[in-house]
Amino acid sequence: MEGLGILSAILWLPLLGILALFLIPREKEELIKLITLITVLLDFILSLILLLKFDYSNPAFQFVEKRPWLDIINSFYFLGVDGISILFVPLSTLVTLLCVLISWYSIEEKIKEFYLALLFTNIAMVGVFISLDLLLFYIFWEALLIPMYLIIGIWGGPRRIYSTIKFFLYTFFGSIFLLVAIIYLFLTFGTFDYTFLVGKALPFHVEKLLFLGFLIAFAVKVPMWPLHTWLPDAHTEAPTAGSVILAGILIKLGGYGMVRFLLPLFPQATLFFAKLILILSVIAIIYAGLACLWQEDLKRLIAYSSVSHMGFITLGIFSLNPIGIKGALLQMINHGIVTGALFMCVGVIYDRTHSRAIKYYGGLASTFPLYAALFMVFTLASIGLPGTNGFIGEFLILQGAFLKDRFLVVLAATGVIIGAAYMLWLYQRVFFEKPSAGVYNLAPMRWNELTALISMVFLVFLIGLYPNPFLDLMRVSVTKLLTNLP
Amino acid sequence: MVGQSLEIVRTFDLSAVLVPLLPLVASALTLILGRKYFPQRPYILPVVSLFLSFLLSLKLLIEVLSGRIYEFDLYTWFVAGSLKVGFGFLIDPLSVMMLCMVTSLSLLIHIYSIGYMEGDPGYYRFFAYISLFTFFMLVLVSSNNLVQLYLGWEGVGLCSYLLIGFWYEKKSASDAAKKAFIINRVGDFGFALGIFAVFYYLGTIYYHEIFQRLPQIANSYVGIGDLEIHLPFLLAFLLFCGAMGKSAQVPLHTWLPDAMEGPTPVSALIHAATMVTAGVFMVARLHALFELSPYAMAMVALVGLITCFMAATIAPTQFDIKRVIAYSTLSQLGYMFMACGVGAFAIGMFHLFTHAYFKALLFLGAGSIIHALHHAPDPNDIRIMGGLRKFMPITFWTFLVASLSISGIPGLAGFFSKDEILVYAFFSKYPWGKLVWFVGLVVASLTAFYTFRIFFKAFWGEFRGLEALHGHLPKESPKVMTIPLIILSFGAIFSGWLGIPEALGGGAQFQRFLESVLGHPELQPVDHKVEYGLMVLSVLAGLSGIGLAYLVYVQKPALETLFSSKLCKLYTFLYRKWYFDELYHRIFVIPTLWLARTVVNLVMDAFIIDYTVNGSAHTTHAMAGLFRRFHAGLINYYNWFILIGIILYLIFINFK
Repeated sequence: MEGLGILSAILWLPLLGILALFLIPREKEELIKLITLITVLLDFILSLILLLKFDYSNPAFQFVEKRPWLDIINSFYFLGVDGISILFVPLSTLVTLLCVLISWYSIEEKIKEFYLALLFTNIAMVGVFISLDLLLFYIFWEALLIPMYLIIGIWGGPRRIYSTIKFFLYTFFGSIFLLVAIIYLFLTFGTFDYTFLVGKALPFHVEKLLFLGFLIAFAVKVPMWPLHTWLPDAHTEAPTAGSVILAGILIKLGGYGMVRFLLPLFPQATLFFAKLILILSVIAIIYAGLACLWQEDLKRLIAYSSVSHMGFITLGIFSLNPIGIKGALLQMINHGIVTGALFMCVGVIYDRTHSRAIKYYGGLASTFPLYAALFMVFTLASIGLPGTNGFIGEFLILQGAFLKDRFLVVLAATGVIIGAAYMLWLYQRVFFEKPSAGVYNLAPMRWNELTALISMVFLVFLIGLYPNPFLDLMRVSVTKLLTNLP
Repeated sequence: MVGQSLEIVRTFDLSAVLVPLLPLVASALTLILGRKYFPQRPYILPVVSLFLSFLLSLKLLIEVLSGRIYEFDLYTWFVAGSLKVGFGFLIDPLSVMMLCMVTSLSLLIHIYSIGYMEGDPGYYRFFAYISLFTFFMLVLVSSNNLVQLYLGWEGVGLCSYLLIGFWYEKKSASDAAKKAFIINRVGDFGFALGIFAVFYYLGTIYYHEIFQRLPQIANSYVGIGDLEIHLPFLLAFLLFCGAMGKSAQVPLHTWLPDAMEGPTPVSALIHAATMVTAGVFMVARLHALFELSPYAMAMVALVGLITCFMAATIAPTQFDIKRVIAYSTLSQLGYMFMACGVGAFAIGMFHLFTHAYFKALLFLGAGSIIHALHHAPDPNDIRIMGGLRKFMPITFWTFLVASLSISGIPGLAGFFSKDEILVYAFFSKYPWGKLVWFVGLVVASLTAFYTFRIFFKAFWGEFRGLEALHGHLPKESPKVMTIPLIILSFGAIFSGWLGIPEALGGGAQFQRFLESVLGHPELQPVDHKVEYGLMVLSVLAGLSGIGLAYLVYVQKPALETLFSSKLCKLYTFLYRKWYFDELYHRIFVIPTLWLARTVVNLVMDAFIIDYTVNGSAHTTHAMAGLFRRFHAGLINYYNWFILIGIILYLIFINFK
């Protein structure tokens, strides 16, 4: 395979932006922003081209690139996408693009470093989703932590140090188990090649241990109950862009990892542990939902709602049927869009008032009507109203899980009631009733905020009303995935 | 026309699609452009589009009358595994009747609102919302599958939320909106599980396939713990949860009276005539499922019966005119479920149809009064009304028509439909038929009493609101409001004439039309003499209620306080609405919040989970200090480090 493949192009394009940024003096802030914007926009367009060229009737990996890399340990520079990972590539580039847009005016210090960190993030995010070599995957997986750590630690809120350390400790702790499990696989089979490892039999007790090794890393990222407490802290202190990346991509890595690695590599163990994970998912849904009812901080509330929504996603994955898994994959995209947008919305008012306290607000529907309308759309998508994208994912997940375990779905579905309760209560406190003193004369929304949020509204309804093209992309790959399960 | 076999057309039909689509387009345009481009006349697009929808509905009605049924998918909404959900239409007698009813009422109420909402800062928003509501309602009734029904179902719930909270600056309004949405979610929780279960056991969510496959599960049982539950009952129960929420039946009824915080046209359209009847519509649509289980039928009848009676006992104690009518709606919805619960689905739909007109008329009449009194601190309070017949003659006469109709006075719409329910209940083969009849009869009397209570309080005697209005006198509403009232009063009389029973020389056309899809209930042999006797009884019940109201509120006003003073405890019990709100607050709201606060935040997160991590975080506290000092300079090193690493690595792989 000669020449540069489209996957490599998407992966490394931001590097050009990074090089350019290094050459520009830090005083030229507008130029720095513009170059970053153009870079990520091009990257996003490239990933859309990828999406269009993708053949959804082919279950094999596509756009494969395989070059020798570390011969000594038989590791390859091995890229490829299938129906499971295809949607995450444009999602990653889109999230970066949005981050650039919404940070345009709100990041005022160390601008150059911030956009450098964002571009690095972009590389690492795309890399994780397209690597088919376990070592390469692991490198991108860990590499993503560094810029994230910096974004929260430098541009974050007052308690950012505590949050970043907690974030780092949790995720690093999980990753170690992943690394050990990957090394064990290498020692057993002598390769990091994912396609080779799929379908290789292992003794049951080994499979279980390796499954747990992978699972801990993924469960921290998702985050699954009870490993979730880093997320609210990280979200609360992160700058808006940091929160959007966390919600949009970082926590999706866990869910993606489960579908990509746990199910195909460890089918026996998957069946063995499925019930446990389903139960943990239901606990997460209800527990985090209840926690949302008692939050006084906007970002913390949305962070907890993320934990609850991710509970639905793990529920869908481990229902182990096409309905549940497709629902979970779609819901990961949806959640990235909706929760990302909600964090952007919080960023919009935070930039104007510098308060995240729910109590500070009230009556925004009167003083900031356009914003209120946009926020309403994302609220409705978050509580899964039919017609929005949230409904499709939630419905498929619950229907899929119902085929697997009816009793657990009865419990999980209470999360839908709790979800409506905390989101509408939030909406009431922030937008309804008499305007509070601090919400008069807010500056109107700017072009960058409007572009970002309105494009999210478009996606909410596109996926909500016509989700089939997205589901079609996954179809054959999900079918193939499930044929590997015993 | 009636009784002949129906031909099913499975091709795309444009008018079926346009009926809901037009209000959607009007709503979207009004919402986006209204504020800027036509703040003074935001009603034009919605009214025109609804008028066209109404004409198209009539066209569809004619086609269905000539024996054609449309069923087709517009497009496939989503597919996963063996689950296929289409966005489709089913235009049959049941749905076409609903289409005509919804579009005609919505049109009249749109027109009425032109006057009622004039000068409100949210004028354009109001029309955008009620048009959107109409869209969802039309989607709900014309759907050909359960999931799309659910789409319409949640959509009307959303619009209801937005419109109850229309004056969101009032805390009571935004509270009521939230309450309505959340209680409906509780019902929809069961509804959604019902849909999952239907797919699980029947493998489809399309109505016609469900009906085909129902015989397979007629005698199936599922084990839940040690219990063996009849599968049709389980499915019916889960789906009926949704109906209890949307149609505000006990125990999920508490949101509807509070929903009166919304503007009055909203109460008329959404919380009386259309949305709240969706539950009845759903039960009728799935009647084949409910009929498989006598327990399910009993459940429907019982829930309807309790609601019917309870609401009728609360209504006479309330002083807010809209709340009285809201309780009346609960009670009338109870009648419809009672009809369904004795197998008379077509009769239930008949009452739904006539009720839509006379109840909308009652609400709009009340709205007209409120409009006239809107300078008063609480224009809804019947204690400041009185003598209005002199000031508002059109409102007076139309309100009288509606009151007579709901009281079941012969010749008016309410008489025919309510009487049919009582007759069918009496002759029903179900053992609870006689009980339904008896309660229905008692409630008929109560209904007449509380309706004429507000009628006499509002229109008779002397005007009591001079002080509240600072000496201004109320005056009749503008024509744009009174003309819809006049048109509706024709509906409140003649809508019943479509279904005059055979015993009175009619052809029961309406019922025969719907029975082609809803089936004819099995009855004990009907004796026409007994039937006449029953009619006389129910008319007497209505007249006695009116007479009592006349006695208490016109002739001997001293009697008015007799009940509240003599039977103080009972009165308070009724006045406080059987203490449902207080009960729910104690057993649901407070414990949930307690759980949220105590268990989640204090016990679990803070002590158990964070303890371990924070322990390690404390040990790394020193490290934190170190990091903090490094931070500023660190990033640049990091960036360089990563960049160099990546470049080296790229060189490495490309030069191999």
